Amino acid sequence: MPKSKSAYSIPTKKQKPDTYIFVVWVDNEAGVLARVVGLFSGRGYNIESLAVAEVDAVKNISRITIVTTGTPQVIDQIRLQLTKLVPVHKVAEFKREDKGVIFKEMALFKVVGKRNKIQKCLNACKKFNPVILDETKTSAVIQITALRREIDKMNKKLKPLGLISTSRTGAVAMTRGAKIFN
Amino acid sequence: MPKLLTGAEIVFKCLEDQKVEHIFGYPGGAVLPIYDELKNHPTIKHILVRHEQGAGHAAEGYARSSGKPGVVLVTSGPGATNVVTALTDAYMDSVPLVCISGQVPTHLIGTDAFQECDTTGITRPCTKHNWLVKDINDLSKVMHEAFRVATTGRPGPVLIDIPKDIQFAKAKYKKPNKEKKLNGKSHNKFSQDQIDQLVKLLSKAKKPIIYSGGGVINSGPKASQALREFVELTGFPITSTLQGLGAYPGDDNQFLGMLGMHGTYEANNAMHDCDLLINIGARFDDRITGKIDEFSPNSKKVHVDIDPSSINKIIKVDLAIVGDVTSVISKINKTIAKRKNGHSKSNKSNIAKWWEQIEKWRKKDSLNFINSNESIKPQYAVQRLYELTKNKDTYVTTEVGQHQMWAAQHYKFNKPNRWMTSGGLGTMGYGLPAAVGVQIAHPEKLVIDIAGEASVLMTMQEMSTAVQYNLPIKIFILNNQYMGMVRQWQELLHEKNYSESYSEALPDFMKMAEAYGCKGIKADNPADLDYKIQEMIDYDGPVIFDCHVDPNENCFPMIPSGKPHNQMILGPNDQEENKIKGKGKALV
Repeated sequence: MPKSKSAYSIPTKKQKPDTYIFVVWVDNEAGVLARVVGLFSGRGYNIESLAVAEVDAVKNISRITIVTTGTPQVIDQIRLQLTKLVPVHKVAEFKREDKGVIFKEMALFKVVGKRNKIQKCLNACKKFNPVILDETKTSAVIQITALRREIDKMNKKLKPLGLISTSRTGAVAMTRGAKIFN
Repeated sequence: MPKLLTGAEIVFKCLEDQKVEHIFGYPGGAVLPIYDELKNHPTIKHILVRHEQGAGHAAEGYARSSGKPGVVLVTSGPGATNVVTALTDAYMDSVPLVCISGQVPTHLIGTDAFQECDTTGITRPCTKHNWLVKDINDLSKVMHEAFRVATTGRPGPVLIDIPKDIQFAKAKYKKPNKEKKLNGKSHNKFSQDQIDQLVKLLSKAKKPIIYSGGGVINSGPKASQALREFVELTGFPITSTLQGLGAYPGDDNQFLGMLGMHGTYEANNAMHDCDLLINIGARFDDRITGKIDEFSPNSKKVHVDIDPSSINKIIKVDLAIVGDVTSVISKINKTIAKRKNGHSKSNKSNIAKWWEQIEKWRKKDSLNFINSNESIKPQYAVQRLYELTKNKDTYVTTEVGQHQMWAAQHYKFNKPNRWMTSGGLGTMGYGLPAAVGVQIAHPEKLVIDIAGEASVLMTMQEMSTAVQYNLPIKIFILNNQYMGMVRQWQELLHEKNYSESYSEALPDFMKMAEAYGCKGIKADNPADLDYKIQEMIDYDGPVIFDCHVDPNENCFPMIPSGKPHNQMILGPNDQEENKIKGKGKALV
């Protein structure tokens, strides 16, 4: 290690970053997403994917799911900083490897080509509950739900089979079994 | 049916119910309805500043010296953007501010209207929370909520953006709700078990140190009282951050002086060598820790803080106690008192050796400087100022730079809320408007801004405010014609290349004082200093004191770039060995 000569510290103990999924319950009000996202960008945290929608229209609650990477110390900070935001009700975080939690993303693939190619695409997607949402003689829109890396893989695989456009959501998460986050 | 009130009336109703007595502001198109309403509310006094940044800092000075939230009123667009520096400053130093800004009428929002800006967008990262009130029925609730957010937990600034049409619109007024917890954000999360653990650590410690910070001040005068009891009970040495000065008496023997980059030799060495470090209401700022990896390497660390996100942010601690300083220390004191037989006596003998070591460090007399008969040394000026004002319950504000550090080192504070300085953000130009705010809160007290000539020029216009309201603030300028701290770093790190740190054309501060309608005093001879300072103190009105000091003086001791606490530079003779070269410069 070179001799440190700065009044600011130089990071030395480099911990390994891991992927975590944050689930944040917020008041569904103007600017709330900007607060959450601004906290990430302002403090130099990373967002890999983001999904947000209102989940309780009566209580006016939105649920934000954020996939991020960071060392355990950074992840701790993210949770604590999020908890401090006024419109945030609760925060839960999970390691991506957590077996007790289901993570899912959805993707829409537009495939252009002859029937047999589209059929090949469908076969390739078999494992991921493919649904045909739109079909013409020369095209199809296929919906799949899967993990991020599986969608990444399919995205590559379908390219030579006529995939011309991909649209995908961020991950959403839910615990297995009867228990809920608290 | 209750009477319907206009938005402007509701704003004042809320301010009255929140017991606001002073607001600092500057009018403009988008807040005119509120200004129009001002005349109907004689209990609320408006202080007209000369620049919105000044309003913000004045409100900070007001808040820090009184413990009450500071209230700022500005117009849309430039009014709001000008106050951003002060909001950020308050955010960094945890000062409760409530800023009310005007906004263009709701139907014009988003159209690039005259004096429109995205105020809530701009201030989102520099406030605890902000609101754009688009419905008049939300206004009273939002106003009360704003005061609650600003003053509870770790205090901080909030902003309420009120479009002009909302100020005219009518609604029912709602009184503030009784305190209730929101979103589970209660602040005292500690348990007796944690307190017991701490007390156990206290009794085992051989080389303990208490490191207290601004949180003690923010927690109120009771916290300082509890801290003093705690220090007395334990017999432990105590050091303080820049923001914590005054929480513990600066002239007490158990006080080691300020720690950190320009802290004393004994405080920093004690931090480095201790076996138990008790952080009370401080946040391990990088000006305190120096090199993180070598920060207090052999100690058990305890952190008392109201903000859970401060824990383990920079320094991993062994025991974290989340709660209000007053409650936590009172609890500790009670627990110690209960176990007195087992602990207090034996422990004080445990740490006798530690005190011997500390006395050895103290003998270095690290705040020493070579005085002169020809020129005024800035340290000497601060010392004389202290000696001549120490019996007066003086309030001191500062700007940012060398003078700020000299003030922190040589002015000894015995009470909390007497010391107002910009620590986290380091805002040059903070001190003069802050002094205005302090004087408003304490009209009978002596308020001095220890300033640098470069800093004070950034918000000089507020002298006009001081004159308008007859505020007898004393602006004590340590004039070295340089941006002194910049010059010092250039000397130590950039081969004395004094790039743009010398002010070629300074104003004549005597004439400036005259132009503003206040008194000017100039001193350049150490022999005259005392009677001129006395003249300043005795004068009933604002004074600009132009104290010409040795321009080449550096602020020592200093932890040089990237060094740990135990490798300080002590003075001119010590510098050659510790020269900072190469890569470190880019990282400063």
